[in-house]
Amino acid sequence: MTDDSLRAEALTLGYGERAVIDDLSLTLSPGRVYAILGPNGCGKSTLLRAFARLIRPKAGKITLGGEDLHRQDTRALARRIAILPQAPLAPSGIRVSDLVKRGRTPWRGLLAPWSRQDHEACEDALRAVAMTELQERPLAELSGGQRQRAWIALVLAQQTPFLLLDEPTTWLDLPHQIEVLSLLRQRNREAGTTVVSVLHDLNLAARYCDHLILFGPRGLVAQGAPDDVLTEANVDLAFGLASRIIPDPSAGTPMVVPR
Amino acid sequence: MKGLLAVGLLIAGVVLTLLLGVRTVTPADVWHAFTAPDPQNPAHVTILWIRLPRLGAGLVAGAALGLAGTVMQTLTRNPLADPGILGVNAGASFAIVLGALLLGQADYGLMTALAFPGAALASAAVFLLGGGLSGDAGPIRLTLAGAALNALLLSLISAMVLMRAETLEVLRFWVAGSLSSAIERPVGAMSLIVLAGATLALILAPRLEALSLGAALARGLGTRPGLIQAQALLAVTALTGAAVSVAGPIAFLGLMVPPLARHVAGHDLRRELVASAILGAGVLLVADTAGRLIFPPAEVRAGIMTALIGGPVFIWIARRLKPGAQT
Repeated sequence: MTDDSLRAEALTLGYGERAVIDDLSLTLSPGRVYAILGPNGCGKSTLLRAFARLIRPKAGKITLGGEDLHRQDTRALARRIAILPQAPLAPSGIRVSDLVKRGRTPWRGLLAPWSRQDHEACEDALRAVAMTELQERPLAELSGGQRQRAWIALVLAQQTPFLLLDEPTTWLDLPHQIEVLSLLRQRNREAGTTVVSVLHDLNLAARYCDHLILFGPRGLVAQGAPDDVLTEANVDLAFGLASRIIPDPSAGTPMVVPR
Repeated sequence: MKGLLAVGLLIAGVVLTLLLGVRTVTPADVWHAFTAPDPQNPAHVTILWIRLPRLGAGLVAGAALGLAGTVMQTLTRNPLADPGILGVNAGASFAIVLGALLLGQADYGLMTALAFPGAALASAAVFLLGGGLSGDAGPIRLTLAGAALNALLLSLISAMVLMRAETLEVLRFWVAGSLSSAIERPVGAMSLIVLAGATLALILAPRLEALSLGAALARGLGTRPGLIQAQALLAVTALTGAAVSVAGPIAFLGLMVPPLARHVAGHDLRRELVASAILGAGVLLVADTAGRLIFPPAEVRAGIMTALIGGPVFIWIARRLKPGAQT
């Protein structure tokens, strides 16, 4: 059996002298929904960017299917891992459909025309984020939640088994946060996409993710199922926050209530 | 529909360039000049030896500047970026004035020989001074380096002109671009360079589109931002360098054509590039013809006409920019 996991092996990341992530080993298995959690500055985004090969490790390595990420072909890798960074730039006046089309970049040949497959991938991505009706609208005219869904459609059109998102719900109001997280989970359940998001809201992460990875100021605190990760001790270690954990009355998942 | 207007403008530019001028010729003259040229017929001579090279120069320079402008504005994400930012025009002028100063002569052959190398050297210098192009700030650093080098070259040109009056004559002829001396310019060779630059731009187009979403997302989409930026600048340098050696500095064309092309073609860079080549050539030919007709028999140079047309267009662009439209 081929191993399709995305794996950090003795990974050290950092800028300059400072190591933000130190000697971390972690496995992201296919077909699950992951959340990377922790206080600001703990290296969540740095780790996510390293998984997308945007940063070169100071030590250790990241492997996909057992092979070092930095030894793989750039375009081939972009067909397996997609990343939506924080605050991507939108060309002024661009329409949703034109934006989503750009997700097909790694699949297009140098001079190959727009193919049926490209078209279907975009249609499918727009459907997944419920933006089919809005695709002819300029991005700038949409609400914040709709804009974020358009960006997600772009990375969905990339049709990768791994989808990494850097704070996809930050700046969104609560209904839109839920909308984004549930569409990501739905994509996971329907297409088997492995979703890895950096999130801030612990309770929503527990609700919508299979596996939580919790960082504190001194590195990894815990990882595993939400019930095992979100304990009073772990939340204190990660955030220095005294809390009580009670079952979410609606979903039954753990809920962190600050004391 | 908008596409037809653009093509219509180009056809009008071609037809007007051949028919109008100090000597007005009839369509029948044009037809006979091509099918049965008579070297004794002054109308045929005008068409074949003056108007036709002029048409060729207009097509090459106009298309090149339109293409270069679109690549430059996509690359820098700045609707007010002009290919001249790379110092191409200043570099060409500097090389020509320096040549005139050192060699003590001022002829078209010299201008022709020095324009392209001067342009290429200046843009290479801007690229190196700007510290390459890594990251999202790359285009901004490049713009600053270009502005600095432009200012430096212009002051050096002024210094040389003050030292030796003859060089002023050279500069006077050079400084506003014109299609009038097309026959003495290397239109054939430069059209090949333009063709190469255009091909490179068209091949790069999908990756440039990815890059305009920011370096991080572009890398996630499997492209290599540094490589794309370097290749795009190579295309811009080839295109503007060729245009400047064919027609001299043509103001505003590279600035006003890209927004018009986007209006015509929408957000699809390959179509925008085709539209900007068509519009660039069309606008330049129409401007050149208008310049020949305003004060006959004197000619207003094409570089001045494009500035006269470009000024209002530029203001229109600036007024249309909405704050926050980038998000």
